[in-house]
Amino acid sequence: MKITLKVWRQANQNDKGGFKTYQLDDVSPDMSFLEMFDVLNDQLTRDGEDPVHFDHDCREGICGMCSMYINGHPHGPKQAVTTCQLHMRSFNDGDTITVEPWRAKAFPVVKDLVVDRSSFDRILQKGGYVSINTGGTPDANEIPIPKSVADQAFDAATCIGCGACVAACKNASAMLFTSAKISQLALLPQGDVERSDRAEKMIAQMDEEGFGACTNTGACSAECPKGISLENIARMNREYFSAKISSNLV
Amino acid sequence: MSSKLDSKIPTGPLDEKWTKHKFNLKLVNPANKRKYEVIVVGTGLGGASAAASLAELGYKVKAFCFQDSPRRAHSIAAQGGINAAKNYQNDGDSVFRLFYDTIKGGDYRSREGNVYRLAEVSVNIIDQCVAQGVPFAREYGGLLDNRSFGGAQVSRTFYARGQTGQQLLLGAYGALNRQIANGKVEMHTRSEMLDVVVVDGQARGIITRDLLTGKIESHSAHAVILATGGYGNVFFLSTNAMGSNATAAWRAHKKGAYFANPCYTQIHPTCIPVSGEHQSKLTLMSESLRNDGRVWVPKSKEDAEKIRRGEKTPQDLSEDERDYYLERIYPSFGNLVPRDVASRNAKNMCDEGRGVGPTGLAVYLDFEDAIKRDGENTISAKYGNLFDMYQQITDDNPYKTPMMIYPAVHYTMGGLWVDYNLMTNVPGLYALGEANFSDHGANRLGASALMQGLADGYFVIPYTVGDYLATLSYDKTPVDHPEFKKAEEEVKARMEKLLSIKGKKTVDDFHKELGKIMWEYCGMSRSAEGLKKAKGDIQKLKSEFWENVNVIGSNDELNLSLEKASRVADFLELGELMIDDAFNREESCGGHFREEHQTPEGEAKRNDEDFTYVAAWEYKGDDQDAELHKEDLEFENVKLTQRSYK
Repeated sequence: MKITLKVWRQANQNDKGGFKTYQLDDVSPDMSFLEMFDVLNDQLTRDGEDPVHFDHDCREGICGMCSMYINGHPHGPKQAVTTCQLHMRSFNDGDTITVEPWRAKAFPVVKDLVVDRSSFDRILQKGGYVSINTGGTPDANEIPIPKSVADQAFDAATCIGCGACVAACKNASAMLFTSAKISQLALLPQGDVERSDRAEKMIAQMDEEGFGACTNTGACSAECPKGISLENIARMNREYFSAKISSNLV
Repeated sequence: MSSKLDSKIPTGPLDEKWTKHKFNLKLVNPANKRKYEVIVVGTGLGGASAAASLAELGYKVKAFCFQDSPRRAHSIAAQGGINAAKNYQNDGDSVFRLFYDTIKGGDYRSREGNVYRLAEVSVNIIDQCVAQGVPFAREYGGLLDNRSFGGAQVSRTFYARGQTGQQLLLGAYGALNRQIANGKVEMHTRSEMLDVVVVDGQARGIITRDLLTGKIESHSAHAVILATGGYGNVFFLSTNAMGSNATAAWRAHKKGAYFANPCYTQIHPTCIPVSGEHQSKLTLMSESLRNDGRVWVPKSKEDAEKIRRGEKTPQDLSEDERDYYLERIYPSFGNLVPRDVASRNAKNMCDEGRGVGPTGLAVYLDFEDAIKRDGENTISAKYGNLFDMYQQITDDNPYKTPMMIYPAVHYTMGGLWVDYNLMTNVPGLYALGEANFSDHGANRLGASALMQGLADGYFVIPYTVGDYLATLSYDKTPVDHPEFKKAEEEVKARMEKLLSIKGKKTVDDFHKELGKIMWEYCGMSRSAEGLKKAKGDIQKLKSEFWENVNVIGSNDELNLSLEKASRVADFLELGELMIDDAFNREESCGGHFREEHQTPEGEAKRNDEDFTYVAAWEYKGDDQDAELHKEDLEFENVKLTQRSYK
């Protein structure tokens, strides 16, 4: 396959950045999208040019590191896959493909297609856990949980923290990401003790990081590589309102 | 020689060793814990659980990872499950049985004391994770579900669909986040450790490179814990993440830590076969698939050839034209034989010319019978995400046509030598999880890696590190100490050297060549002759690297090509040590198969008389061979037998 790539190049956070066009003449349909970038970078390196920087690690669709905005879609045109699991057979010979970084105030560009997603870590640090220490926990089977509840919690817990939801949202909202963790722990008895505090603090941090508001367009869920459901946002709102009614925080 | 290696395994009955040892370990007064600082490198299951647990105890912790967030560590990709001797299924499991299976699965090349402790704390791990809110699979009654896994005849594996590693890691990452929020852990992301600093024989800190700015930094502490994973990427193609590397462990080795059993690598039987030269990594299909999938190749070479040419499909072959070779050769374990056995047999079938797929390097993993028996819905509930992933990569639908699989490098049982306290021979330097060598012997059983990472981090290091810290004063070594300065200068010089070569070949050119040498001569089967050739080839490649590699860009920016060059330089050195170790070990055991040493049926043949030892290698300088130290393995509770899965 012949592919033309329009790729966002930006030397660092302060650089203005812009698109550069590259031509690849021998792309195999069996390549993953990132393997095509490996080929591009190999070509650039041999020509003495700086390779295109992009985040990637496991290349199995689970680490959440890869993050390319491809032809107007985070992780590209195919549903429910990450960039690393997108294959060139999803494109046609002769296509021009535009590749940009995630665009959001709370995800500043580091270099080329690499962005800083530490804002996600900081949201989770505000309560995306059960506050127990190591040791002294009851036997695992002393906490029976209905299978349907466990399955729902699992579905929320499969979020990989890639940020596609934010990139897809016109407001760059992080509601889907935040609600996935709040939901997982709100559904499970283990998370019950801290549920009010958790909802209030995580949402406050989300706002502080500069993520936008939610206007219920559902783009986040539609573009999520793990298919995290919008129901989580509804559940988070419910958690938040009930927390606020009895809040100790002002 | 071996007197230098004291494993510190406590004496006494097997089931009392750990309890007794815990009692004998020195304690640090709760009020004094905050005066000690511990560095943890790596934030996978071992590192995240250790950093969180140590901070909960009151120690000051600095944690480091090279990824953009601790949650991305490659533990996240583990699919199948985690073993624990809970015996929830009432099928005869016990701590002793898990211990026994693990020792036997490792082909009697691991320590009884360590493995028993691992089995013993396995039950606490499940309790801990459930309390954190890890959503394990459950039965309709609300209790935890289990499945069986390769090499075991009881159902002791806890799982969360095909994403167990993800859920366990997110649990540990949550615990770590809580301590970061509390100010007890100082987290450094996008930070790569490039050296250990040893002062007066004790590990006193590390040198890191900030991957965003290139700044070389010194960090001082009372103890250093490496939880930096394995070295499977020596082979270029493996199931490891692209960033997984051996640099931290290798630099520790060059600072005096012994590297143990480097030749023990696990080639996992169920991976998606290689499709072309562009391939950057291999993808594992969880071993749990072998619970329901049946492995086969065509009985005749002629059929195999027709399938390879596309003249026949697998469905064209009737039952008696198929060879379900694992069921045929190993009637009692069948498709559930341990990984090393399954991999070697797949290779044998392909070597006989009965492999399938365009390259002939693949065997079938067929779900037709399972789907007929249980229905597509049941199979999809168990393996849906794996089937989707398979289809995504290969464009084949495994519900309709058998999967094709082939073995690939997956895990490394070797690693830094540690004693029972998980301390290397360098005082104050510890290694956890895949980075150490201690629990899996010559072959790791499925669902045991997650168990070991979390055992080390949650339930071993929090006890043992105090025993060492209690002997130290509160003073840290200042970072302007000459040893820190010297190490910083060396790291800087190395980066500059890499950037200055400006040769003709890319970093990946070298990495691929190294991978080919390792796979050919130090992969699934090894011979003295091949290993000799490989050593020469690697030495040549290594000197060429330092004269002809081309690294683009500068040090003071995010530079993926420089990062990779520095890692590949270390892989080249480690590859040579792996070959030395494989050459030295004149026996076959577990994943280490020496062609000269096999039974008449082609199974691995151990030489217990001469090789019941851990081979721990001491670095002696760049141009010298490493020196071998032996730690004899003593078996008081199990009888060494020829492993049989027939």
